[in-house]
Amino acid sequence: MASNKKYWKSEAELNPNDSIVETLRQNEFPEEIPVDEFLGDKNKLSDSSASRRDFLKYVGFSTAAASLAACEGPVRRSIPYVVQPEQIIPGVANYYATSIANGFDFASILIKTREGRPIKVENNMEANVLGSANARVQASVLSLYDSTRLQGPLSNGEPIDWNVLDAAVKAKLAGLQNSDQKLVFLTQTYASPSTNRLMAEYKAAYPNFVHITYDAISEEAALTAYENKYGERALANYNFEKADLIVSFGADILADWQGGGYDSGYSKGRVPANGKMSRHVQLEANLSLTGANADKRIPLKPSAQKKALASLYGMLINSNINSGLNDNTIQTLESIAKEIKSTGGRAVVVTGLDDEDAQSVVLAINEMLKSEAFEPNSPRYTRQGNSKAIAQLITEMNSGKVGALIMDGVNPVFTLPNAAEFVAGLGKVDLSVAFSTNWTETTQEVQYTASANHYLESWGDAEFQKGHVSLMQPTIKELFDTRQFQTAALGWLGNDKSYYDYVKETWETQVLNGGSWNQALHDGIYRSALQDVLAADTDQLASDEDMTTQTEPSIEPLTSALRRLASAEEAEVELTLYSKVGMGDGQQAGNPWLQEFPDPITRVTWDNYITVSRDDANTWGLTNKNVANGGLDGSYVNLTVGDTTLQNVPVIIQPGQAPGSIGLSLGYGREVGMKQEMKTGINAYAVYKGFKAQQNASLEKVAGMHEFACMQLHNTLMGRGDIIKETTLEIFNTKDAADWNKIAHVSLNHQEVPATSVDLWDSFDRSIGHHFNMSIDLNACTGCGACVIACHAENNIAVVGKTEVRRSRDMHWLRIDRYYSSEDTFEQDNIKKDEFSGAFESKTGFEQMEHAATNPQVAFQPVMCQHCNHAPCETVCPVAATTHSRQGQNHMAYNRCVGTRYCANNCPYKVRRFNWFLYNNNDEFDFHMNNDLGKMVLNPDVTVRSRGVIEKCSLCIQKTQKTILDAKRDGRMIKDGEFQTACSAACSNGAIVFGDINDGESKVSELKESDRMYHLLESVGTQPNVFYHVKVRNTKEA
Amino acid sequence: MKKVPYRNYISKIFGICIVVFLLFSTSLYSQEETLTQEAEVVESVAEADTSGGDPAKGKQLFNQNCAACHALNRKMTGPALANVETRLAEEEGLDKEWLYAWIKNSAGMISAGDTYAVKIYNEYNQAAMTAFPTLSNQDIDDILAYTAAPPPAPVAAAADAATQVATSETGISNEIVLGALLLIFGLLVMMLFLVNQTLRRIAQANGVLIEKEKAAKRTPIWKAFAQNQFLVLVFSIFLLLSAAYFAYGWFMQIGIDQGYAPIQPIHYSHKIHAGDNKIECKYCHSSARVSKHSGIPSLNVCMNCHKSIYEYSGNPEGPSAEDLANGYTNEFYTAEIKKLYKAVGWDEENQQYTGETQPVEWVRIHNLPDLAYFNHSQHVTVAGIECQTCHGPVEEMEIMYQYSPLTMGWCIDCHRETNVNIADNEYYAEIHEKLSRKYGIEQLTAAQMGGLECGKCHY
Repeated sequence: MASNKKYWKSEAELNPNDSIVETLRQNEFPEEIPVDEFLGDKNKLSDSSASRRDFLKYVGFSTAAASLAACEGPVRRSIPYVVQPEQIIPGVANYYATSIANGFDFASILIKTREGRPIKVENNMEANVLGSANARVQASVLSLYDSTRLQGPLSNGEPIDWNVLDAAVKAKLAGLQNSDQKLVFLTQTYASPSTNRLMAEYKAAYPNFVHITYDAISEEAALTAYENKYGERALANYNFEKADLIVSFGADILADWQGGGYDSGYSKGRVPANGKMSRHVQLEANLSLTGANADKRIPLKPSAQKKALASLYGMLINSNINSGLNDNTIQTLESIAKEIKSTGGRAVVVTGLDDEDAQSVVLAINEMLKSEAFEPNSPRYTRQGNSKAIAQLITEMNSGKVGALIMDGVNPVFTLPNAAEFVAGLGKVDLSVAFSTNWTETTQEVQYTASANHYLESWGDAEFQKGHVSLMQPTIKELFDTRQFQTAALGWLGNDKSYYDYVKETWETQVLNGGSWNQALHDGIYRSALQDVLAADTDQLASDEDMTTQTEPSIEPLTSALRRLASAEEAEVELTLYSKVGMGDGQQAGNPWLQEFPDPITRVTWDNYITVSRDDANTWGLTNKNVANGGLDGSYVNLTVGDTTLQNVPVIIQPGQAPGSIGLSLGYGREVGMKQEMKTGINAYAVYKGFKAQQNASLEKVAGMHEFACMQLHNTLMGRGDIIKETTLEIFNTKDAADWNKIAHVSLNHQEVPATSVDLWDSFDRSIGHHFNMSIDLNACTGCGACVIACHAENNIAVVGKTEVRRSRDMHWLRIDRYYSSEDTFEQDNIKKDEFSGAFESKTGFEQMEHAATNPQVAFQPVMCQHCNHAPCETVCPVAATTHSRQGQNHMAYNRCVGTRYCANNCPYKVRRFNWFLYNNNDEFDFHMNNDLGKMVLNPDVTVRSRGVIEKCSLCIQKTQKTILDAKRDGRMIKDGEFQTACSAACSNGAIVFGDINDGESKVSELKESDRMYHLLESVGTQPNVFYHVKVRNTKEA
Repeated sequence: MKKVPYRNYISKIFGICIVVFLLFSTSLYSQEETLTQEAEVVESVAEADTSGGDPAKGKQLFNQNCAACHALNRKMTGPALANVETRLAEEEGLDKEWLYAWIKNSAGMISAGDTYAVKIYNEYNQAAMTAFPTLSNQDIDDILAYTAAPPPAPVAAAADAATQVATSETGISNEIVLGALLLIFGLLVMMLFLVNQTLRRIAQANGVLIEKEKAAKRTPIWKAFAQNQFLVLVFSIFLLLSAAYFAYGWFMQIGIDQGYAPIQPIHYSHKIHAGDNKIECKYCHSSARVSKHSGIPSLNVCMNCHKSIYEYSGNPEGPSAEDLANGYTNEFYTAEIKKLYKAVGWDEENQQYTGETQPVEWVRIHNLPDLAYFNHSQHVTVAGIECQTCHGPVEEMEIMYQYSPLTMGWCIDCHRETNVNIADNEYYAEIHEKLSRKYGIEQLTAAQMGGLECGKCHY
């Protein structure tokens, strides 16, 4: 928190709309250099006195001068602090506990700072609730250094002083004191005790004050259903660790469903222990991350999901509900109902349908089951949006009943489906102020734009879940002339307290109960002993109540809901809107890390698109094809929902998409205030009618093909089961490991022997010192991609942009491969492949296998450098730039590399990345590494690579070396768990475990002994130091 | 990169000799003069003092107890103390008893509400003076006697005059010496020529014939060389090889800045700080213990001492001849301290920070390329290596320069030769025992520990 620098060069720069500034920024030379004028004119050229000979002389002279000058290095300045802050030691990282609560993502996190600069987000292990950072939270640190951030308050686009803004607001507030016009705060969900208190103070001071909470992606149905049942506007909490059977009706529980953060609990139940693991059934339209992880996935259109839910409820209470579903589905539902009944309290049902009836039915089912995973007594507050209030607000704005509208953390002009009405209404509001970190669609329409703080510059708090309160503290002083909303709001109320004091006061009076503020600030969270007792009490009470009131659930209020669900109208094309793991609600659309983050399912970067099933694509004449340069092209369609038509939306053919349904992700399509490269995709909020994710739509094919930047073109595994080994729980439990974890055999002296027993090389003795291994459990990995962004941040990985990704030049050191099976299961793939006889059949057979099944199984596999003990890359390097260490890491000396790329060719895992261009200090790659502000996020311990060298995963050697050094300095042994890589630290699901296998006590050495352990492509004999665990599916049928 | 060229050592040494010689001839007098002056001062003080304090003892006590916050002639944390007794008596009407009480328990007097005590307390930013209950009245008398002595300003003035003379003389003497040498050399050449001529003349006179014809018949040596192709070949190969050798040597030193000694914005003398005053390196470069950077100390670290050290008074013998030759006079150093004050925003008059700072832009001397990771704490704390091993005799460096080449070869040589410091380090206990048993040696070098692996420094 030492830097108080404001990064701007002139006053005019504060205005992002200034055309001159923009021109100057784009052009280094404001006046054209008359190259064409000179070279284009032959006469001028021949008249010119400089002859060819002169030219050569000049060239020779300047080359000589340049090379002579190059012999002297530059003078480097080193500027120490005048007064060094006590906590900062140059070269040593500090960690601060804080929280993110941006209205969409809520998490308790740690921020790593170096010399006062936040550079990385880590999970807060102390936090029991939402203590892990997803991909977007991991990437949020880069948004702090976004060069397009607002650098000061604006009035109609012109830079102003905060005093001017304050005066205008205060004057208006005074005028509204006794007026019948409303004062409205339209904000994101804060879930903040302090902000709630502040809003209450406003309510007291202004009788006509209204605080409306607005979530861009609404959970209105779930909130209302919970409110009707439990009397509080919140969301029920689920602990999937306690569930043996999870039945989900379109709930993307591993992504952003009801605020997200459920994946770590889910993963804990997915690892087979004592022959048991949870079973997961997913009924959904789009192939979601959750569906990809399910043991059984049933593709159903949203209307069919509703009917199925109603039927299932009927089956559970043994009454017949006629939903008109086909027999096949009914049979499947019956088997699910049977399973639920036999599992009882260890089963849980969830739904992601934006339908109050569906949500109510689900709550009723869980209540009826007495589901252990269902925790309605400790609800979550991370979504509070009220869409009815917003609809009312827009009406009131248009009728002139709103005197002042102050917005924070929202971008309604972009995210509202009826944005035009909102904009019209804004014109009738006397005073409109928007707090925003960036210039957006909304700031463009309001009178005053208040430049807001990034969350890493702000104070705050958030109650994620009842009794779990988290603190937010700044990790850097404001980079620009910005203010957080609460500070300004306090000031307008005439309260001269800082928001820090205000938060502290709130905590001391309402939260801490005598606990230590400093301790809470240090931990980032606070759970008092008293609250624990209270929580236990309420749990007890709840279960007591259940015991008394249970027996026969009253189904009366539900009957009408069930009837409505059962008679859900089916449309020809049903659209399901969703949020991508990488983009969320689109707040961070300007973040290049997230733009280049491949979607876990489609592996497409820099785009959103409509997903259609293969059958529908054939019917509508939509195609996807790979073109000569390896890129993927897709057809365009016009999408119409109601009276809104989205033009030219690209199409991806998605295996597993329910026929008659299509999917489209929200959050893309931002235009205003964005860099050119970031203006990607289509704004799907326009068809988010009535805040419902499920819509009836129609498609119309239009001409042209869209160029996608897709990371992975081979969609299916094609029966090469030794990359992903998988089995079913039944086989896993009953058969020998050799059966389901087969070791490849090779021929030695004309005898088939296990591949692991053959070696070309002599092995080194690695039993002394550290020997690092990494374990990746394919059962625990959900494919969420938090590790990919963590790796990005830790290792200064360059973003290369859409066109380069399309050329397969992405730089991710860690990728998560996604494989479909070409039959309904991977097992069938293997059988089919093994049964090929002869070359001709195998050719046609493999061609068939390139196409994924209509409802394929999906497997995720994180792949990074495997750090082979007998590495093929090392032997082919002509300059010994890549070598092996005793600790098991495959080293890469960038300055030694001459760029032959032999190593990349010889790598069986294709994990080496080549720097085709200079990605830093290069305005062709305008992705934060080319400006001083963006470079502040770089990790000073890792070299920024230059053009022409290979790079790859180092197993975070900078982190292992630091751990070793710390231990040496303290003169102690290293405990297990101290060694971490960026990916293993980011993985809250426990899928990636890193450690020292020479330490017999370590978790990783225990994991290496597991029956499920296998190495990638064992038959190649590379002896990798990264190993995987066979994926076990809890399937009944295969 | 600006390089300070190596000085021509011979001429330097010769010059120094001359300078030393010239200096001695003049400064002998000046020193005697100052000595007598000082003696007179002390005598006069002793005579003037009526209360029986011993100024010599007082000086010792003053330096021990008071000098951290008080000076004789200028304000510091506390007021200037020259003639404090008479000043208080004349201006405030306070007697010695008041002083005794104040020194022994100033806080008590302030809380008791003594007017002048409160006034002085407020005047000096309410910085409470340490109580000295251990000082006896006699001790205080001694200190007061010392403060009553007039400051020895004339001594400094005299010394200045002497140094000025000395510096101007050294400038001339160098030229004279060179001129004289040239003259002698010229004379020698002329004599040689004359002797040769005389000998020839004598030979002619004695009838000795100088055989010229024989020599003329022989083929000239260069022709013989040109005709011998083998010799030409060998010679040209030799020439090429040696050219290549030197060219290689020249190219290899590009970018190696051994001896790089840039001019810094503040002339900071490691010789004075680490050498003369024996300040431990890590007092200022504290982060070397825990961080990869040794760290350039922030200016508040300088001010820990320089709050009270406001001028440079040199070592007891006065500036050496060499220092004087370079212009390193006391005034020069004091001016550098003022530069520090300006940078850190220290108002010397009022003894407080103004808040107007100008961070010092030091020129970085040791520049490792970004591709090499070096961690100071690994070497300083874990290995226990002296700073001087890599940075050279810093305590003798008036101007800091890069002592070691800082090349990879240099790093590796050391890693090959240096044993790992395993003493009292539990981390090494197991690994060292196993590895040394494996290699069959007592002590492992850093290289055997894995210190030559590429990725240990390049990532």
